[in-house]
Amino acid sequence: MIDVQHITKRYGQHTAIDRVTFSVAKGEVLAFLGPNGAGKTTTMRILTCFMPATEGHAQVAGFDCAAQPMEVKRRIGYLPETPPVYQELTVTEYLTFVGRLRGITGPNLTSALDQSISRLELGSVRHRLIGNLSRGYRQRVGLAQALLHDPPVLILDEPTVGLDPKQIIEIRELIKSLAGSHSVILSTHILPEATAVCQRVVIINGGRIVAEDTPEQLSARLRQSEKVSVTLKSPPQDCETKLRGIPGVLNVFPGQSNGTFLIECTLGRDLRDDIARCIVSNQWGLLELRTISMTLEDVFLRLTRHEEGLPHSVEAAS
Amino acid sequence: MTPVQAIIAKEVRCYFVSPIVYVVGGVFLLAFGLLAESLVTAIGVYAVQMMQMQGGPAQINLNELVFRNLFSGSRLILLLILPILSMRLFSEERKLRTFELLLTSPVRISELIAGKFISVCLIYFGMLALTGVVPLVLALFSDFDWYPVLTGYLALALLGSLFLATGTFASALSENQIVSALLGVGILFVFWLLGFLGSLLGDTTMGHIVSYISFMEHYDRLVSGLIDTRDLLYFASGLALMLFLTHQVVDSARWK
Repeated sequence: MIDVQHITKRYGQHTAIDRVTFSVAKGEVLAFLGPNGAGKTTTMRILTCFMPATEGHAQVAGFDCAAQPMEVKRRIGYLPETPPVYQELTVTEYLTFVGRLRGITGPNLTSALDQSISRLELGSVRHRLIGNLSRGYRQRVGLAQALLHDPPVLILDEPTVGLDPKQIIEIRELIKSLAGSHSVILSTHILPEATAVCQRVVIINGGRIVAEDTPEQLSARLRQSEKVSVTLKSPPQDCETKLRGIPGVLNVFPGQSNGTFLIECTLGRDLRDDIARCIVSNQWGLLELRTISMTLEDVFLRLTRHEEGLPHSVEAAS
Repeated sequence: MTPVQAIIAKEVRCYFVSPIVYVVGGVFLLAFGLLAESLVTAIGVYAVQMMQMQGGPAQINLNELVFRNLFSGSRLILLLILPILSMRLFSEERKLRTFELLLTSPVRISELIAGKFISVCLIYFGMLALTGVVPLVLALFSDFDWYPVLTGYLALALLGSLFLATGTFASALSENQIVSALLGVGILFVFWLLGFLGSLLGDTTMGHIVSYISFMEHYDRLVSGLIDTRDLLYFASGLALMLFLTHQVVDSARWK
């Protein structure tokens, strides 16, 4: 449905995105993950034909973004970073305007309007001026606008920003319900969101794709070691050294709170038993012992922090 | 409803919700009214003097003494206020990020510009229609030739449209509405000065060219009651040029 081949965007000397390549299948939900300024919005703007790529090709629903922008625009629903709403209009007036811009008229417009308003629960504010609505409502009006013409492709730039937790869950449910019939790209910094909603994650940093996979695979692939967290009641000075002495332990770091230690172990070996025995025999007072699996958050930080020792498999994927 | 009509409807609605149309309209009507009032008062005094000197009713040419001066004087008012009316057209869209919505909708840039330009022209023509009170009231108490008054209104409509097209262009240049308005006034002022420069240069080739570029002589000819296709062509081509430049500026986002 969406096919992006080696797109590059330069602003003068500055390269915003560099040879980005990815694709989205029909009915798939793809998360675009990356720190601010990574090039997420630029990529989305190229896909929505807001601006052209300096190099490379992007296709949406079989139409080229540069050569057939009108056809592409007709098939896309786009929610930019800032909801593009007119404060002087009421919700209904605004959605009517957007519908007409997209060539929806007459009874089709009325039904599209009603459907979009009920989908985003805007019924209670439909006759209020958008300027008087809260941030969350404006965001939902922006989403209603993107969904109005029921496009096969949805591009949502941080769709849940400014919403309260209940609304966030509702919007995520909405996006999940769109999967299957719609292809969705959404950008986010909120990692659980990517895990909750998307089948595939693209991590972008400094304008380049640094990883692309399912959320589970990403964390599995990046896990270089098993981590165990222990909390001790009375740790002596030399306990770190002693813990390091256990065969298979790679490193020991002090944890966030007093008496907590993070123990890195060789991949594929469960050392919890050995660690526990060592602690108990030394009478340090074992309070807690658990394994830590790498979350998407760790993956994200690892990939976007320019850390040394990035696994080759990940670099190869980009 | 076509996209152009949708844009016109939305723009007109936004104009009437925001205070700008009331402020600009109010200032325009007030200035136009004051100018008309002072001209009529001056003519009244002149007429009384003439009567005393001649000892009978004076023949006063209202077309020459009131309307011509009124229309000439309106130029400056229009130059100062019309860029304020058009400043929001593109600047506000950019500032509020609604520009992204418009450019990612299946609407051509030409349709977008047409919709915005037509909407602001409609507002202006509405304001102009309200000034019709002045000749109507004068017609009740005096006698004058309607033809030059109508060509004067045609001149006002054409000049205003050209100013608004320039203002639309200025609006596309900046995200800041104040900057857009000042740019618009600045561009128009340069063309105004070209008119003076043209008359200074006098009957030379350069003088003719410079005078032709300025809107002054074309406007003056229309106000004097002379409809010349050259002048109509001037306004039409000026309008087209400004709207074309607007198109280029808006489209420049698309350049690689």
